[in-house]
Amino acid sequence: MTNSWNDIKNADVVLIMGGNAAEAHPCGFKWVTEAKANNGAKLIVVDPRFTRSAAVSDLYAPIRPGTDIAFLSGLMRYLLGNGKIHQQYVNAYTNASYIVKEGFKFEDGLFTGYDEARKNYVDRSAWEYEFDEQGMAKVDETLQNPRCAINLLKAHVERYTPEMVERICGTPKDKFLKVCELIATTANGERSMTSLYALGWTQHTTGAQNIRSMAMIQLLLGNMGIPGGGVNALRGHSNVQGITDFGLLTTSTPGYLVLPTEREATYADYMKSRAFKPIRPGQTSFWQNYGKFFVSQQKSLFGNAATKENDWAYDYLPKFDTAYDVMKMVDMMAGGQMNGLFCQGLNVMMAAPNKAKVHAGLAKLKWLVIMDPLETETGRFWENHGEFNNVDPKAIQTEVFQLPTTAYAEDEGTFTNSSRVIQWHWKSVEGPGESRSDIQIVAELHTRLRALYSKDGGAFPDAILNTTWDYAKPAHPEPVELLKEINGYALEDLPDPADPTKVMLKAGQLLPGFAVMRDDGKTSGGCWIYTGVYTDAGNMSMRRDSSDPSGLGVHPNWGYAWPANRRILYNRASADPAGKAWSERKKYITWNGSRWVGADVPDYAPTVAPDKSVGPFIMNPEGTARLFARTAMPDGPFPEHYEPMDAYIANPLHPKVTTNPVARVFAADAKSFGTPDKFPIVATSYRLAEHFHYWTKNVHDNSVLQPEMFVEMGERLAKAKGIKNGDWVEVSSQRGMIKAKASVSKRFRPIMVDGKPCDVIGLPIHYGFVGMTRKSYPLNTLTPAVGDASTNTPEYKAFLVEVKKTTPPASQPATV
Amino acid sequence: MAVTRRQFMKVSAAGLAASSVGALGFIGAGEGLAAGVRPFRLEKATETRNTCPYCAVGCGVLVYSATDGAKDAKAKVIHIEGDSDNPINRGTLCPRGAASLGFANSPNRLQYPMHRKPGSDKFERVSWDFAMERIAKLAKEDRDKNFVAKNRDGVTVNRWVSTGFLAGSACSNEAGYLTYKAIRSTGILALENQARI
Repeated sequence: MTNSWNDIKNADVVLIMGGNAAEAHPCGFKWVTEAKANNGAKLIVVDPRFTRSAAVSDLYAPIRPGTDIAFLSGLMRYLLGNGKIHQQYVNAYTNASYIVKEGFKFEDGLFTGYDEARKNYVDRSAWEYEFDEQGMAKVDETLQNPRCAINLLKAHVERYTPEMVERICGTPKDKFLKVCELIATTANGERSMTSLYALGWTQHTTGAQNIRSMAMIQLLLGNMGIPGGGVNALRGHSNVQGITDFGLLTTSTPGYLVLPTEREATYADYMKSRAFKPIRPGQTSFWQNYGKFFVSQQKSLFGNAATKENDWAYDYLPKFDTAYDVMKMVDMMAGGQMNGLFCQGLNVMMAAPNKAKVHAGLAKLKWLVIMDPLETETGRFWENHGEFNNVDPKAIQTEVFQLPTTAYAEDEGTFTNSSRVIQWHWKSVEGPGESRSDIQIVAELHTRLRALYSKDGGAFPDAILNTTWDYAKPAHPEPVELLKEINGYALEDLPDPADPTKVMLKAGQLLPGFAVMRDDGKTSGGCWIYTGVYTDAGNMSMRRDSSDPSGLGVHPNWGYAWPANRRILYNRASADPAGKAWSERKKYITWNGSRWVGADVPDYAPTVAPDKSVGPFIMNPEGTARLFARTAMPDGPFPEHYEPMDAYIANPLHPKVTTNPVARVFAADAKSFGTPDKFPIVATSYRLAEHFHYWTKNVHDNSVLQPEMFVEMGERLAKAKGIKNGDWVEVSSQRGMIKAKASVSKRFRPIMVDGKPCDVIGLPIHYGFVGMTRKSYPLNTLTPAVGDASTNTPEYKAFLVEVKKTTPPASQPATV
Repeated sequence: MAVTRRQFMKVSAAGLAASSVGALGFIGAGEGLAAGVRPFRLEKATETRNTCPYCAVGCGVLVYSATDGAKDAKAKVIHIEGDSDNPINRGTLCPRGAASLGFANSPNRLQYPMHRKPGSDKFERVSWDFAMERIAKLAKEDRDKNFVAKNRDGVTVNRWVSTGFLAGSACSNEAGYLTYKAIRSTGILALENQARI
């Protein structure tokens, strides 16, 4: 989230699209209720299903799954065409006026530079600004130049008329225009809109572009950096934010630094593309500090073994040739290219798309290690569960270890929530049986490997043997030791920059913030964005002062928010270029004549005066935010509507390029997509208020509340197929077949797409063959193995199926 | 520090016995009233502040644990409720969080290291030592066999791509950081978490 859960209360309009906060994040949704009750906010819900969020909305608009970009581009067209943008904000804080290279074009569904054979934009050189001799981006502040980013955007979205939106999305024109009108009321500094989304936006082949569309809309409206604004991801797991922050992703390192590629043979090569020189005069371009964060991290990871002479142990990091994300891993497993797999609380049998493929992959592993507090389908993939997992254990040669772990109440440490707030939790009891913490298991694995390599040698032992491991108990480090290491230390006495005769920090002192990090090896810090969480003043994540001095829901002394305890990102943009609040209602950070002051920690240099014209988007070398994304997105500088891979219709905008031309498809999956002649119904997946992923089917109360898998469908479809509520239904896709009970509801209604009714069904994700709920076919039996072009997130939210009435599974009763 | 809702309630309860009733001249009445009230069942439980294990709203929970007093008894979680001081959830919990006692004490919690031999149709209980020794051996074997020190162009790449690690998104930051350290130092590139899926 750019803003925070509590900040939702400051919104005047709340848009829930690509999520269903009332059921998936009920306690976060409380702040929507608060905004409605006490701030006069209006709630808009755009969703294929009339969800419980929709049930309490002021305005609900249906949409066909997988068409969000068409809707949002239509909204942009409305805002731009009707002068409903916050012009001063757009001019000053975005790249609206930047001149885009002459060669950049969009034609017949493709941007410049596409290579048909490689199915990729191989040449992206035209996705760029014009630069002057000094390397500064050229701008036309009058916005007259037709190559200005905002003029190209206007031309790009011109095709998305309300009629086209209705044709693609099935959203009735009058409903769509009502949504536009309500959102447009925030195109000023007086009112703000917050955007709340979740997997309903990410799990598409255009997932990242869905979110980017909303970021662009919020910029046009001037809603970034202000109370009640922002683009807010409602994240899924209790610490998925933190685990992502710590770089547990194939090509990442902690703090959103990037692992080197094999094209970057040396540290100098690696840093060549990471100079982040400003491309507008006088801009901050904060990533210029990249080297400081990287070197400090290497010092945390490898201590004295990371020296200037060995490029800070650059060779100890693996260099990647390609991304080894979950879908790639499954593809390699199924192709027999992987031998071992650790699953630390990730139930990959249920979570990765195309269950048959995942199962085939697991069965080809030599060994599999499960670390989990609960029974999982992955741990039991080799076990026969009748038609739900019909396998012959004798034929599966994988050696499996199932290691019991402690859970939250049985260990201590920090979780980072969606608002980036880091909260410490305290241990209550010992875990059951012989369970051990993840820390202990990982530490023992490392210390054992280290001992083996130390004794027997082997392939490149250097990185393993030189990893810092100076914990009081090497096989069981304490969370406090780790949090301090993450925060970082001064490794030598550091002089005060204001007076070099004085010492600012003594060797061994914890760093007060990432601003003091250095690239000369004199500081450490495992994850720069967390620096400040554990200082000489103590463990900030333990703070429990719930006061809110500004009344804006900031709570500055409750836990610690990264970065720098900042609760709203880009908050300099809450003031106009002169440093004055856009309005009294949305006053947040302002210039008082000598400093930036307000309710939050300024996202800006604290004493840089407004007349220096330093932009509020300090992470970008422009200092402004991007309506035109340059080369940041692999599928184009502007979002474009593409059909899901299981395409329901030919793309009305460019029938020859129906689906995302750079969606991630493995050769083995090329024939696994469905067509509407065989699979004429659109399916989407969703979550229930009573269940959390695949965990709570191991919890009695939740299993009683929602005991079995079902398929939710509208009355029209049920009638056409002769299906009654409670009947057994077979749902099939190009990938496989499941059986589930029908839940016939009014929550799904046919959507008129291209003039014809389109039936949509919904399938909850939670059920499998392990747990206290009734055994079920896992939903990922049906879902396609295709990834978003940017993130490789699988397309779980829009795929094609057929349904028919059927007989119950052999092991299940015919009726309840 | 501002007085939180929960502190306020505690202070009020103490004040009832010590001051306010006393100030009205009913000396001893507060103590009498307090003695007459049946002890709250969580009175003897240990209260611990925690964060709900499920979604990323980050709701504060209070975990109450107790033993039955026997010398060899292990403390058990007996009650979980929302932390009314936590500004994010203000004491509320959803149907998942409110039932999380059933997660802590689920009969489907794993208790012991288990091992399934190739081709077997069952798990067998093993010791931690057996499991960890064997896992370390298998990992080293695979790494030593398949580690790529240099790519075809002779560039040092130091990677190991025949083993993968799927990290837990409900692990703490500290566990995540240690996992990053331990796993990346082996050269594993196939390191992922739930963020994409």
